[in-house]
Order: sequence, then structure tokens, then C-alpha cells
Amino acid sequence: MAYVAVKGGEQAITNAHALLAEDRRGSRDVPEVGVDQIRAQLSLAVDRVMGEGSCYDRDLAALAIKQSRGDLPEAIFLLRAYRTTLPRFGFSDPIATEQMAVRRRVSAAFKDIPGGQVLGPTFDYTHRLLDFALAAEGGHLPDPAAMADAPLADDLPTIASVFLHEDLLEHETPALDAAEPYDLTREPMQFPATRDQRLQALARGDEGFLLSLAYSSQRGWGSTHPLCGEIRLGDVSVEFTPPELGFPIELADLTVTECTMLSEFEGSMEHPPQYARGYGLTFGHCERKAMSMAIVDRALKAAENAVDQVHPVQDEEFVLYHSDNVEASGFVQHLKLPHYVDFQASLQFVRKLRREWAEARSAKEAAE
Amino acid sequence: MSVQPTAQAELTAPLYNFAYLDEQTKRMIRRTILKAIAIPGYQVPFGSREMPVPYGWGTGGIQVTASIIGRSDVFKCIDQGADDTTNAVSIRRFFAKIAEVAVTESTAEATIIQTRHRIPEKDLQEGQVMVFQVPQPEPLRGLEPRETETRAMHAYEEYGLQYVSLYESVSAYRRIAATASYPVIVDERYLMSPSPIPKFDNPKLHMSPALMLFGAGREKRIYAVPPYTRVRSLDFEDYPFETQRWDDVCALCGAEESYLDEVVLDDQGNRMFVCSDSNHCGERRAEGHVGPMADHALAGATS
Repeated sequence: MAYVAVKGGEQAITNAHALLAEDRRGSRDVPEVGVDQIRAQLSLAVDRVMGEGSCYDRDLAALAIKQSRGDLPEAIFLLRAYRTTLPRFGFSDPIATEQMAVRRRVSAAFKDIPGGQVLGPTFDYTHRLLDFALAAEGGHLPDPAAMADAPLADDLPTIASVFLHEDLLEHETPALDAAEPYDLTREPMQFPATRDQRLQALARGDEGFLLSLAYSSQRGWGSTHPLCGEIRLGDVSVEFTPPELGFPIELADLTVTECTMLSEFEGSMEHPPQYARGYGLTFGHCERKAMSMAIVDRALKAAENAVDQVHPVQDEEFVLYHSDNVEASGFVQHLKLPHYVDFQASLQFVRKLRREWAEARSAKEAAE
Repeated sequence: MSVQPTAQAELTAPLYNFAYLDEQTKRMIRRTILKAIAIPGYQVPFGSREMPVPYGWGTGGIQVTASIIGRSDVFKCIDQGADDTTNAVSIRRFFAKIAEVAVTESTAEATIIQTRHRIPEKDLQEGQVMVFQVPQPEPLRGLEPRETETRAMHAYEEYGLQYVSLYESVSAYRRIAATASYPVIVDERYLMSPSPIPKFDNPKLHMSPALMLFGAGREKRIYAVPPYTRVRSLDFEDYPFETQRWDDVCALCGAEESYLDEVVLDDQGNRMFVCSDSNHCGERRAEGHVGPMADHALAGATS
């Protein structure tokens, strides 16, 4: 009897967890996958989990991926539920991406930009043919990649600095009297959303959701006519200024992906025509996410620019309230929980309506 | 923030605070609860945290409980009225493990009762706290999807839309069609969702001696009905509020006044009705009440 099974209780849960652990491990004839292997060889999965999990820790992200059997939203959830228990001791100084140790940097806006186009480790231009050599057992080591004759310049100018002297790009300078940054992990969403709140929500947001929204914008549902001004991947250092010291100390190095999208802004009475920008930043190497984020960020400027918000991607309440996959996944899947009390209330009501419907119909037939 | 790469050994033993949440978070939630009590029925935004259970599984209720629970508390947790439903078992285990508190299935013994979708049949007492798990705190959300709009509607006490919706259901069904999450007015000021309890339970909110706290984790809102507060279910003079009634009695304990769950017995249309409140049903049977199918296997499963 189904309802009795729902009321299975303690033993059923314990057994289900044991079965889950068994399934996670899989066939015992196959060696167990190590957290270090996931960290090193599934590094893009680790990057996504760190980004949407809002926690830069490759070991914990790799552990979460192992524990979740490779279900990345589940791994993101595990990492978030760990992160939330950590105390917050302050805000870091803003990272300086213009001082990034660049591994990859491309701009679609210019044939060449100061510092050059640097392809780096990218799937772009690979042929998507299954490489059966990877399926073979045992040590297939790739040939080492060739080294450049000279190292890259220390500071590659950003696309913003390329435009700076002509004032072609909108300025985005934080107000000197800006309050502490909004912290979405400590405060609820509020509207109208500030830019920092918006960017945090997008940075934590689901890659697939943001990708589809960005795509919808490209297809004319709130188009921003974006152009990839620059995308760069590399390492930056995080500095923190303890109030008792008064000078910054270096805490860690992060790998981040940054994207600046350009789009034409027609100008207004106060502002000459120029390029507006959309901004994307992710932990690790997540270009699809960073580009999507930048397009969505730009589309959400509709409200600031008094543009009618008619498309989903322009509507900040729609976008920001529905981008978090931990919230969305939980709420959609909570429908698995028993709802029989509510269903009983509804069932009673529908039965009553059906009875009345049948009575009315037979009364009508009798009258005819 | 982890400064050094976390060592493998540390991964196995992260330490969690009493009742999971850190003390700063508990303090923030307690301040939110105090504000909620001060403005009955008003949804107070709060910095809801990720919890180790998914959103929709009771994260709001768990955060409220985690913030108010102490070592001397006795915790009861029900889902669909029953202590033995899987999610209730899971949450009860969570607090037994992470807060090491005493747990009970007895409504009378509990100091904190966390619930999803029901209020126990037994009258609550002064000093008891009900913690409701709330999926959607905004009673107007079905009528107006925008939070910016609904907050303004509450601020202006502009509830015409809600009454129009009830009126529309009267004109369509000749009665108010809502069966669960039936909207209420708290202390003649704020429109409030009682959470998806059946309207059968709405009268239990009115002038209750117990404190009623509502936690919505995903939506990041907490609201409250303080003890002895007026709670009125919306209705019209000519279409007064009514609760559900059954033609059947509980097959196990014979109760006539309790909320009944329907249990399908076979594919021939046979069914039995049993108390949704498993503790209530068990206590009645222990007192000697007998229903028409008292020896059914379910009697053993739910007591």
C-alpha cells in the first residue's frame, strides 16, 4: 500500500542512504575515483561548482562532486551548505583583474589589442570528434605544449583602458562614499536591486539558466546587440586590509574568468552616444557562464536606462528570483514530498463539484 | 575563506555549531523573529542561509527552530500531521543529532513543534511554539507575481484584489474554493498565508495560547502570530468561512472531529479514512477508542 510506504520512517531512510552509498561507489571491480583526480582532471566541473557554490576551494568542490556522483547542482548545494556555516570576517579589497597573470585573453572587437590575442587552453577551434585514445587503458600522456619565446607582459591592458582615451565606453567607477558591498549570502534579495547585488546573484546563478536568457536576448527577446569586448582567464591575488593593520595583506590567489560585453548606447540628453558594458566574472575557467552573465547584466540595465522591460531577460525580479539553482532545484523537487493532506482537501472539493455537476445535469435532462 | 588548500584530513571532520547555525546567524534570526512578533502577520525579510536540506524541504522552519532551540527543549516534528512521515523523521533526526535535544511524538510534551501542512488536533498550551514550514509566504503571489507590487499592497492594506479573487470563486463555484493555504487577516491588519495547512486548521490559529512562527527559507521571510492574537479567515457575510467535514470517522480510533487522510485499500474503489494526526490517533486508541477497522495493519504502522 503506497501511503503506508510513505510513512516508512526511520529504517527506510537508513536503508535508502546505504543503497545510495553503494550506488555512488559503483562496481567494486573498478578503482575508486580520488578527490585529487577529480580536482586535477575534472577541473572545469570543479570550477563550476566553486562558482555557483560561492566558495573558492578546489578540494571541497572536488569532494562535493565525488559525493554527489557527478551531479553538479547537487555538488553546488553541498558546497553552499558548508560555506554558509563559515564565519565572515570581512570584505577583501577589490581584485585587480588588469593585473591578472593572464593565461587566455581574446577580444572580438579588434583584430589585435595591446598585449595580443592569447588563445590559451580552449575548446574553441577543436574538432568535436571523440578521442578514442583517451578511452584506452593506462598512461596516455599528451605531448607538452610548446613554450613561447618570451613570457606575456605582466599587465595586459583591459579593453576598458583601450577605450579610455576616447571616452567611448561608459564609466563604471564605484562611488567613493559607497557603503559596504551588498552580501547576498547574508541579506535577502531586494528590489530595485543594486548592481553589486545583481552581479552577485548572477555570479551564483545557474549557468544553464543564464545561458538561455542570454541566448533569448540574442534572438531578439530584449536584444542588447552584444559584442565580446574582452574575455580573460588567469590568476589574481586577493588582498585583505585588516582594520587593525591598515595595510593590505595577500590572502590567496584565485583563477577567474572575466568578460566585458560591449553594446551600443544611443545616448541621451545628458550622455553622448557610447558603448555600454555588461560584466561577467566567475571563479575558475567558465567562459560560457561569464559571457552569459555579461549579456544578462547588460540587459538588466534596461531599468536604469528607463527602457521598457518587456522581455524576461530585462526583468530583474524575474531573472534574479529564478537564477539560483539551489533554490530552484529544491523547490521543484519538493513536490516529491507527501502532499496528501492538501490533496485530500482538494479531492473532497473536486468530488463535491463533480456530484453537483452530475445532479445539475440529471435535473436538466429530467426537465427536458 | 580558506587561506590554505584544505588538507585531505580536515575534509572528513568539519565542526558544526550547536543546532548547525553559527551564533551570529541565530542572533540575526532571533531579531527577525522579534520584529515578526511585534508586527503580527507582517513578512520580515531575513538573510536566510543555505541549509543541509533542500529548499522546499523545510529550510525556513529549520532555521527558525535552530535559532530558538535550547538544550532543555523537547522537539516534535510532523509532516502531513504525522510524526513518522519521512521528512519529519529526517528533520527530527537532524535536531537530535546536531542539537542533542530530547525529541517526542507527544503534542503535549513538546516545547517546539515544527510542522508542514498541519496543526495538531490537541489544543496547544502557553509556552509552546509552533514552527511552520512555509513554501510561499506571500498570500497575494498567485494574484500578483511581483514582490515589489505585493509589498506595496501590504503597506497600503490594499487587499481588494484578494477579495475580488474570492468573489470570482464564489461566482464560479457558488462557494469560496480555497481548500488549503486559505488566506487570513491577522489582528485586523495584515493579510497572511497560514502556510498550506488545510482550512480545517485555520480556526486553531485564532487566539491560540501558543506562539506561531512561520519560516520561509527560499523566499527569505519570517512572520509570526503571537499568542492570543485575532486571526480571521476571509469570507463574505453571505458566504461565511467553513471548514471541511467528513461523512466518515477515523477507521482506527473512531474520531469524528479530526482531519482525515484517505487511504486507498485496493483498485476496486475501497478506501478507509484515518486521522492525519498520528499522535492524536494513537493516544485515542490507547485510551480505548475503537474505530470500525481498528485491527487494520495501519494501526501498527502509525502508532
